[in-house]
Amino acid sequence: MIETPSVDWFALSPTLALLAAAGVALLVSVIGPAWFRRAFAAFVVFAGFITAGVLAGFLFARTPDAQPLLNESMTRDRWAALAAIVLAGAGALSVLVSWGETRRDHAGEYYALLAAAGAGMVFFVGASNLMTLFLGLEWFSLALYILCALDTHRETSLEAGLKYLIVGSFGSGILLFGSALVYGATGELGFAEIAAAGVTDDSLLLAGLAMIVAGLGFKASAAPFHMWTPDVYQGAPTSVTAFMSAATKVAALVLTLRVLTVAFPEQEHLWTVAVAVIAIVSLAVGNIAALVQRDVKRLLAYSSVSHAGFMLIAVAANSELGGRALLYYLIPYSAMSIGSFAVVAARERELGAPVTLDNLGGFLWERPFLGASMWVFLLGLMGMPLTGGLVGKFYVFSAAYESGWWWLVVAGVIGTAISLYYYLRVLLAMWTRPEPTAFRPAVAGGSPPRDPLLASAVFASLAVTVGSFIFVQPLIDLARDAAASLPF
Amino acid sequence: MTTALIFLPLAGALLVWLLPLPGRASGVLATLIALAEVALFAVAVGRFDFGESLQLVDRQSWFSDLGVSYHVGFFGFSLWLAGLTVVVCAAAIGYATWANRERARAYHGLLLFLTGSIVGVFAAQDLLVFYVFFEAMLIPLYVLIGVWGGERRAFATVKFVVYTMAGSLLMLASIIVFGLSQGTFDLVDSGVSSNDWVFLGFLAAFAVKAPLFPFHGWLVDAYRESPSEVAAILSGVVSKAAVYGLFRIAIAKFPEPVQDFQVPILVAATIGLVYGSLLAFRARDVRSVTAYSSMAQMGLIVMGLFSLNELGINGAILQSVAHGLVSASLFLLAGMLETRTGTSAFARLGGLARGRPDLATVLLVVGIIALAVPGSVSFAGEFLILAGIYAEGWGWAAIGAGAIVLAAMYMLRLISAVLHRSRGEAVRDEALDLRPAELAVVLPLLAALLFLSASPNSITERNFPIQGSDGVEAAR
Repeated sequence: MIETPSVDWFALSPTLALLAAAGVALLVSVIGPAWFRRAFAAFVVFAGFITAGVLAGFLFARTPDAQPLLNESMTRDRWAALAAIVLAGAGALSVLVSWGETRRDHAGEYYALLAAAGAGMVFFVGASNLMTLFLGLEWFSLALYILCALDTHRETSLEAGLKYLIVGSFGSGILLFGSALVYGATGELGFAEIAAAGVTDDSLLLAGLAMIVAGLGFKASAAPFHMWTPDVYQGAPTSVTAFMSAATKVAALVLTLRVLTVAFPEQEHLWTVAVAVIAIVSLAVGNIAALVQRDVKRLLAYSSVSHAGFMLIAVAANSELGGRALLYYLIPYSAMSIGSFAVVAARERELGAPVTLDNLGGFLWERPFLGASMWVFLLGLMGMPLTGGLVGKFYVFSAAYESGWWWLVVAGVIGTAISLYYYLRVLLAMWTRPEPTAFRPAVAGGSPPRDPLLASAVFASLAVTVGSFIFVQPLIDLARDAAASLPF
Repeated sequence: MTTALIFLPLAGALLVWLLPLPGRASGVLATLIALAEVALFAVAVGRFDFGESLQLVDRQSWFSDLGVSYHVGFFGFSLWLAGLTVVVCAAAIGYATWANRERARAYHGLLLFLTGSIVGVFAAQDLLVFYVFFEAMLIPLYVLIGVWGGERRAFATVKFVVYTMAGSLLMLASIIVFGLSQGTFDLVDSGVSSNDWVFLGFLAAFAVKAPLFPFHGWLVDAYRESPSEVAAILSGVVSKAAVYGLFRIAIAKFPEPVQDFQVPILVAATIGLVYGSLLAFRARDVRSVTAYSSMAQMGLIVMGLFSLNELGINGAILQSVAHGLVSASLFLLAGMLETRTGTSAFARLGGLARGRPDLATVLLVVGIIALAVPGSVSFAGEFLILAGIYAEGWGWAAIGAGAIVLAAMYMLRLISAVLHRSRGEAVRDEALDLRPAELAVVLPLLAALLFLSASPNSITERNFPIQGSDGVEAAR
């Protein structure tokens, strides 16, 4: 008889809440009347995300010390709890952004999949074992593959889904292969046990480590593993892009730092350099490629690649301050990212066409609230004051300098300088009225559609973006408590 | 007190943006807020004890793990720079109201926002707070030039922002290195550093902002394409943020690198002074002359600062205030000329003095103060700077004095080209003299100039604390 491990249900409750929401939404979208499905599913999933966030908050408060879960396959600690709070917030905002998407088919399934992806991510960030890591990764990835391809009538959506599926599976495959090599070298799957096995210079282990870093790099869309990002971000429904750009990055980066510090402390001299190089490549590729984009979603996709680079600088710092910097950075970054994609979504619905720099013309004057909010988000992504983006960059650079990576600071500064150019182009486009010849009137007449839920999501993102600049101390305290769970 | 001085215009900006007032009314509201700011500044001066060092301090921890706090306060000299800011900005906002710009709410709100951030720069006693306000200035300027500017505004703004941000980002790197090695980002608590690279990072930001030769590439485009009141703030006030930074951070915190780099910086400043003056002499319109003369004057001010003695620094502060008032008046007058004639090009102007006594008088008086006629405040400032730099070597003083002759040449050329000679083709008989509203905007600036001309020591005797333990003392 196999002994069942004791289960700490409270520690799993955020995941379970989201899974329950996904299940209920899915069930109703099958058996409920057609008019009822969309509203009900959206409500249930929104409530699910909020519940998960609140439960994660309780978990954070009641977990001063890390505890192993489920035969040490997962960890209950503040690092995972804080990441779960951010993930839940990102998910809730995405639900609000999605509501205005008048999808007739698969409306209920859409929300169910969103909740399922969120559940997978919350599960993933708590992983402390290579198997649970892979399980969580595939769990949320599968949900995202479908979400990307959900608009079956749009060719680009199908393309995005397929591309993400193929490239993402490749990344997962690499990660799995790497895990197998690490297991072969150490005979262990748990992060802490891998470190305790005491294997240091085994080439099998090092190859495995490299593959794990690469596999996680795919999910974080860090260059050179970013090839899928622009196409998928552009093709996927914009609300899905908003969710992916924030949540996938949070999950992947948070877990990257955990697996590297917990499982591979002995190989620190190798992986910090590798991560630093990936960070620099991401900064270079993301920022330079964004310079020539016309499509705003593509541009923001490359911008997200460059931000992966910034956050990997914090990972490379491999210090308590680096962990703090990473978690802090993720909060305003998620808000700015979701907020900016939400504004793009609003414009897209208004025009019925992909948003480019040309048809963004005059947006600031036509929709002052959304336009001004977009300004704030872009200024935040640039790292300008009055947004948490500045403080985030400040912390990341400080962490890098403190760990002796002064050239990462220089690279980050150069990357930021390049990034100004393309962010400014979007800002400029929003206030410049289009030429009369190039002007294409909106498909429907009258004033643009009202979407109070989207507006409230934008407002919430705005509040987080600006609030994280003013109330740095409380957020940093949270991030410090969370980072204390990792062994530095 | 200081916090109120910073946040009154910022809150005012929010108010102007959010209240659905028609154009003129929003301008009037903004002007009232700007005047309230001037009144608040007067109260601050009243409460200020010029015998003491840093005062009117507000301090609040921002994030403690890196030692960053919201720390603001004024020294004697920075109080004068803040005073320059509130006066010039009030005049600019008043003029903007009268000129009735399009999208008035956005415009006036941005001007107020700009005012608040500049005051913040002059009050900052923490490096990150300084950086925040230094960058925050850029956002409204970017929009003000980019949306309301002239024909080539898109080019001008991108050039301006890329130049400035390149400098600022180097400064950010320097701030991080300096702050982490000191253990605090506070300007009062931190000690001095001898790291050349960190010093150069700060210098880059201030050299662009001033601008110091050879970092002046953005200057003419930005000054020429801005609306005139924005150009007034840009040349009159924003450039003084560089003066504050050079003095409060570069000179005060890096005594050794300052000594090492004194000669190269003085060379750059001197080249800027002479080259700027020559360009101003060759320029073909009012705005370009004012722009290049601004660059020349900033060269002179930097010479004064890097004489590294009390005379020179005192003169640099006085000259900063004087040049701020002169340059702002000139740009506002350029705007007034443009509304009458549609141009500021000398070739199409001329003969404006005839039948327009107010315009002629105001322009003449401002021009004469600008060329530093003995008895004017500019003369006092330049004299102090030259006396200070003489201690470093007579050659510097000789070149400086020579360049001041050039100032006379380009200013007189400007005055004669606009006011005298035969009537230009752009000058129609219907072109009016200065209206009362315009006079109300310029005359306070002129009055301030005349007052300071009568008693320049009301500033020079109140620049420095007698004693103090912080870095400013180390610089003297």
